[in-house]
Amino acid sequence: MKKTFDTEKKLYTLSLLVQDIPGVLSQVARLFSRKGYNIESIVSGETSQPGVTRITIVILGDELMVNQIAAQCRKLIPVMVVKILDEETSIQREFAMIKVKAVDRNARDEVIQMANIFRANIIDVSRETLTVAIFGDKSKTTALIDLLDDFGILEMAKTGTLAIERGRSSIYDDNKLREEYNYGKNVL
Amino acid sequence: MKVRATQAIMECLLEQEVDTVFGYPGGTILNLYDELYNYKDKIRHVLTAHEQGASHAADGYARSTGKVGVCFATSGPGATNLTTGIATAYMDSSPVVFITCNVSEDLLGKDSFQEVDITGIAMPITKATYLVRDPQTIPDIMRQAFAVAATGRPGPVLIDFLKNVTALNTMIDYEFIPWTQNRSTNSIRELAINHGLKAPEPDIGDINKLVDMIAQSERPLLICGGGVVRGRADQQFREFAEKLDAPVAITVMGGGGFPGAHPLTTGMIGMHGSQASNVACNECDLLIAVGCRFSDRVALQPDTFASQAKIVHIDIDRSEIDKNVLTDHHIIGSAKRVLELLNDRLPQYSHKEWKEHILPLRAEQPVEGGDKLTPGQVLDAIQKAVPHDTIVATDVGQHQMWSIQHFHFEYPGQLLTSGGFGTMGFGLGAAIGAKMGNPDKVVVHTTGDGCFRMNCHELATVQYYHLPIITVVFNNGTLGMVRQWQHLIYHEHYSQTTLDRGPDFVKLAQAYGLKGKRVTNRAEMEAALQEALSCGCGYVIDAQIDMDEMVRPMVAGGAHITDFLLK
Repeated sequence: MKKTFDTEKKLYTLSLLVQDIPGVLSQVARLFSRKGYNIESIVSGETSQPGVTRITIVILGDELMVNQIAAQCRKLIPVMVVKILDEETSIQREFAMIKVKAVDRNARDEVIQMANIFRANIIDVSRETLTVAIFGDKSKTTALIDLLDDFGILEMAKTGTLAIERGRSSIYDDNKLREEYNYGKNVL
Repeated sequence: MKVRATQAIMECLLEQEVDTVFGYPGGTILNLYDELYNYKDKIRHVLTAHEQGASHAADGYARSTGKVGVCFATSGPGATNLTTGIATAYMDSSPVVFITCNVSEDLLGKDSFQEVDITGIAMPITKATYLVRDPQTIPDIMRQAFAVAATGRPGPVLIDFLKNVTALNTMIDYEFIPWTQNRSTNSIRELAINHGLKAPEPDIGDINKLVDMIAQSERPLLICGGGVVRGRADQQFREFAEKLDAPVAITVMGGGGFPGAHPLTTGMIGMHGSQASNVACNECDLLIAVGCRFSDRVALQPDTFASQAKIVHIDIDRSEIDKNVLTDHHIIGSAKRVLELLNDRLPQYSHKEWKEHILPLRAEQPVEGGDKLTPGQVLDAIQKAVPHDTIVATDVGQHQMWSIQHFHFEYPGQLLTSGGFGTMGFGLGAAIGAKMGNPDKVVVHTTGDGCFRMNCHELATVQYYHLPIITVVFNNGTLGMVRQWQHLIYHEHYSQTTLDRGPDFVKLAQAYGLKGKRVTNRAEMEAALQEALSCGCGYVIDAQIDMDEMVRPMVAGGAHITDFLLK
């Protein structure tokens, strides 16, 4: 039976484990641009294993396209695992720091209230500004940013989406697909 | 043991049993060439006329011998001149290690003289690139580079040494480890652990599933792809085809993977594929493709490709599965191992009715008579004159398709052609590499007048190293394949394809100290071939053919595989 694919365009999250060697991030990023895919967000950081970096990429596309890009990523020598994370079985979070104009007491109170409702933190105060830090899923951060916009956002720094699977299963789990990709990369 | 860094590089080449390298020196790679001077008894360096020629020669050497090719070039323009050769090797999965040197650490990133980020440039056209900044890492990186180039799906690798790393007073720790024993060295072990350290073996469940599918099939078709050639799985493939008693279509890159004269062969498949192959592909109920990637020249219209068939894809590279054509089943493994496992489990089949339907469609076109020289006559004359194991290197275009359609290749590495990248100018360099690696075999280079002009300066290399390569120029005074498209699709607007501007290829050969002859009919062609085979030096035959000769059959790009534009 030939496979069938979901043709609806939506956001997909790819989690990659890569060897921490020079140029690996650009190697992965260039793959997307040369295949003509847009990266919505990309986050790279260390893991519990030394020398291994985890890259989380969110892209907009259909299922066939995402499978293709995952396949091309898996083929790269420094890439150890690629997992397409599903929204239902994974937890997705992002972090943002927002500097808001708050010149008078009223504005300051309102911003603080807003931050409290969203369980965000005030991490810096000056006479004219407040800096709010929020951690949460995309809808939560977007909602807060939208509300704070009324006061005037001076600047903002935000990460892309980080994701991890729920429950016992992890990116390290062995499966047949992973073995199949490793076959072609085994140098023994 | 403490050795010079450059010495370690040479010793690492010797670990890999490298005895021939192709290249071109320059400023930043001087240290390496100085060391090469000390190793001239152990490593033969072939100096080409241009870095591109060196890159194709190393590629041709690798393809024809099955060993890893090695190519040297300097920084900047030397390195960028390699890129066409690197991409050619990458598209056709040929194992070549490219070694370049870059400016010193203190000049890096300052737009210094002849500085270029070659590891960045080569990233999308190599399996791996390495920028060596620490001399102590040389042995590890060299060993890993060769392992990566040769294992799995082979391909090119680039190592860029900073000039200070190769400084002649740099001493490093080094111990000679033959390549057969180096699998436990640090970087290779680490790489192996990261990718699951165990002997790779195809999945037996997948193998058994295919055995069942074969048992249910009445009209099976096999496709012999480049993977059979690279994996040197020709014996296993032949046994498989004979057990299955199924027609075999051969891709351009698969030439030599299955004997071209075998009774089960249906010839080439795809754009210029035979009627037999293309019709079989359309009518089969089981298509088993081995080591092929269903490129747009084979699966012209992916949606309708083999629409009545269950498609089974056997490949070493998992990322090829479902890339161009969606499949029903796949097996991951080296062609050799997968076919061995299949052969052990398969009974002898007979598909008499199906064969009788398909194989007669492969009627060989009779060679035209007459006074006017035709491509068919040229190829027929070559085939009758040269030994059957002659290596054929082609360039790209009409002569390439004619050569592959006409010659019956018998073993992997006999056909050297740029199938994936379609690099004009590939042939002469590849022929040089092939002759260096196979001094006992006759090497014929077929080319067109357009292609030949692109790298004909390598005739200097042919002359200097006394390589009796026979170059046959299919001289039609035009870029024939492009003209064919202009004729068929672009309303005969022959825009910029007519090459009415020389040079005189016979005089050109003579200028390089070689021999040459212009031929206009079959008798002259035969006489020239006899002279070429006995003269012991490079020989250029300028075969004058008509400008309006076309490659037949032809299916337009993107069209259904049996919608022949030309029969």
